Amino acid sequence: MAKQIPLTIFILAWLLSLDSWAIAESEKAGVTADKSSEKEVLSVDQIVNKTNHVAYYQGFDGRAKVKMTITDSQGRQRIRELTILRWDKPDANLPKKEQHKDSSFCGEQKIYAFFNRPADVYKTVFMVWKHLDKDDDRWMYLPALDLVKRISATDKRTSFVGAHFFYEDVSGRNINDDVHELVKTTKDYYILKNTPKDPKLVEFAYFKMWIHRKSFIVVKTDYYDSQNKEYRTYEALEIKQIQGYSTVTKGKMTDLRTKGNTIAEYSNIKYDIGIPESIFTERYLRKPARRYLK
Amino acid sequence: MFFTILQHTRLIGISMILLLLVVAVYAQEEPSLPAGLSDSQSQDSQPALPSGLGAEPAAPNGLDLEPSLPSGLGTAASLGVEEAETKLAKESWLDVTGFWEVRSGYRLRSDKYEKDASIGETRLQLEMEKTLDEFTFKTTADLYYDWISEDHSVDLERGEGFLDLREASVGFSPTDFMDVKLGRQILTWGTGDLVFINDLFPKDWQAFFIGRDTEYLKAPSDALKASFFTDLANVDVVYSPRFDSDRFITGERISYWNGSTIAGTDDIVRTDKPDDWFSDDEWALRVSKNIKGYELSAYGYWGYWKSPGGFDTSKGRYTFPKLNVYGASARGQMGKGIGNIEMGYYDSRDDRYGDEPFVNNSQIRYLIGYEQDLPEIAPDFTVGLQYYVEQMLHYGDYRRTLPSGNKAAEEYRHLLTFRITKLYWNQNLAYSLFTYFSPSDKDVYMRPNINYKVNDNLAVEVGANVFWGDYPHTFFGQFEDNTNIYTAIRYSF
Repeated sequence: MAKQIPLTIFILAWLLSLDSWAIAESEKAGVTADKSSEKEVLSVDQIVNKTNHVAYYQGFDGRAKVKMTITDSQGRQRIRELTILRWDKPDANLPKKEQHKDSSFCGEQKIYAFFNRPADVYKTVFMVWKHLDKDDDRWMYLPALDLVKRISATDKRTSFVGAHFFYEDVSGRNINDDVHELVKTTKDYYILKNTPKDPKLVEFAYFKMWIHRKSFIVVKTDYYDSQNKEYRTYEALEIKQIQGYSTVTKGKMTDLRTKGNTIAEYSNIKYDIGIPESIFTERYLRKPARRYLK
Repeated sequence: MFFTILQHTRLIGISMILLLLVVAVYAQEEPSLPAGLSDSQSQDSQPALPSGLGAEPAAPNGLDLEPSLPSGLGTAASLGVEEAETKLAKESWLDVTGFWEVRSGYRLRSDKYEKDASIGETRLQLEMEKTLDEFTFKTTADLYYDWISEDHSVDLERGEGFLDLREASVGFSPTDFMDVKLGRQILTWGTGDLVFINDLFPKDWQAFFIGRDTEYLKAPSDALKASFFTDLANVDVVYSPRFDSDRFITGERISYWNGSTIAGTDDIVRTDKPDDWFSDDEWALRVSKNIKGYELSAYGYWGYWKSPGGFDTSKGRYTFPKLNVYGASARGQMGKGIGNIEMGYYDSRDDRYGDEPFVNNSQIRYLIGYEQDLPEIAPDFTVGLQYYVEQMLHYGDYRRTLPSGNKAAEEYRHLLTFRITKLYWNQNLAYSLFTYFSPSDKDVYMRPNINYKVNDNLAVEVGANVFWGDYPHTFFGQFEDNTNIYTAIRYSF
């Protein structure tokens, strides 16, 4: 079981974050589709940065309960339920008051995921320290053995806890790993084509993203193989405003080859809680951080 | 009049069809916005169908099709609306979880001292947790019936009978920087993978060898654990008021080398165990710090050899001589995987000079390990390697005082471990093989296992414990006749 958990956790965490406040920011910057500001154009890098921020960095911390329904090619379903806590390292270059208000800031993060279901992994905890310049640090706590295990973090493109989401889908793919092209701008979307700088490291040839222009939410992502055939697709199914942040509360990843899919639903979402950094340590692997999990 | 109305209706009908066509064409080029994303001028005020246009056959370059906006992005109104938080289901008063399992196994070689069946039991584990104010009460009890064992009276120390109490503890935090856990509990630390140097908490080797789940390798301690968390370092202190030995090999279920021959039920290990409360106690200490993801620890242990480490010739009983252990470990990301290194000095206090033939000599134990995913070879494929060395100190004195006729141990015991894990079918099917191989003892212990999760509650597994050795007196070689295969079915709730 130990092996199965790690990847899953991440995905969920990140999918949580979409910003209404980013919208306000982008409006100031003149990014919206309003007629008055239509001529102002964002650079590809700006779009990519804001999208990354909205997807993974809303608020200065957050919590969500995630339910993943995994359906395999034969229609059999498995449920994974976990509660995720997220902490963002503040931007040291900004004064305290300004920290977390820079919509382009995407720094280091810490993630704590507590498993509720299935029963055989109840109380298992998965913890990640996400780095930008090196591989993430990952731990897993197995309660029956009181064992704090270190998990290898190189395999970012394999399933997270058996779901169709990859570890990288949950935790966010490093934006520096791809070349980004703005293919088209429509009324609602920026359409981006992303091509990996090192194709040997990934299973896709490129992927396309439909980014909602106002909210910078990724509404759809299609992955293509080297034969230019689409084989994997992500769709945001439901977005809610939570404390002013546009948040994806339901998303679906489909494997077009096997027809299997995973639907991730987020509930009990809260931002800007004030979770101390100390929660993301071995102490709270062994003793669940119940206060913040509720 | 009637005709006119009819004409009008037809006209309206036609124009509506035309309008629908226009909308449809428009929609094909531009995915409609999902509810919550579009502004008030948008024509897509209705939440669009989620599956929408993305599933349409792709245009040659595929980039012209757009997804419909998901629910929540389509309507202007919803953008400003704060969604009420979803309320979590009310927590139950008492949190009860656990599993029920049936496990059965047979020897693959005949063993004249043991039964053919190696394991045969049904087990109900109930785990209960209750938090009252600042106190968390935890109980994990295994109720089981073992039809191989002839004795069903409960022995909580050895976990025998129909009840194995795995945990009965209360935890609390007297200050911000301190956690306390008091009572029966499972304790683990150190960096080895199924190899232990500074983890001197009790192990159940019998459970491990007969094919119980790996979690049963850890036996509970009756202890007080106090942990202190400071910026300088974290400190864990574990006090066991009465010595908790391993659940070691006794000959009842596993045949073993008794010093001169292979024995089993004909020669049950009888021990003289230190068991006075508060005088035959154990202390274990760990000082640890995580520096940028690298976990550094120093350890101390003051107690006894956990499995019999001596022999009292006058009483004809095995003993648990005094032992202190001092060690250190480091673990962290190394290259593409996880590296760990650990060592420990075993100070056998009843045989400081190595010339006491019936007490274990002092040792230094070393471990270096590495684990990595290999996505280049296959997804969900992990391998781990460890190299472990046990160095006997005062080896000359050991050889000089060794009673004639006894097989001498090597000065250095080298041990390699190799773990390989591969997952299939959305990680519901797991193949794993853990192998111990000692080039110095010329023996091998392999633990193959296949586990399949039929659904979220039900799992089935089959596995084996394979021992092989050139000599009958080596660590794993002595268990050769205990080679067994087992199968289990477990329902978790």
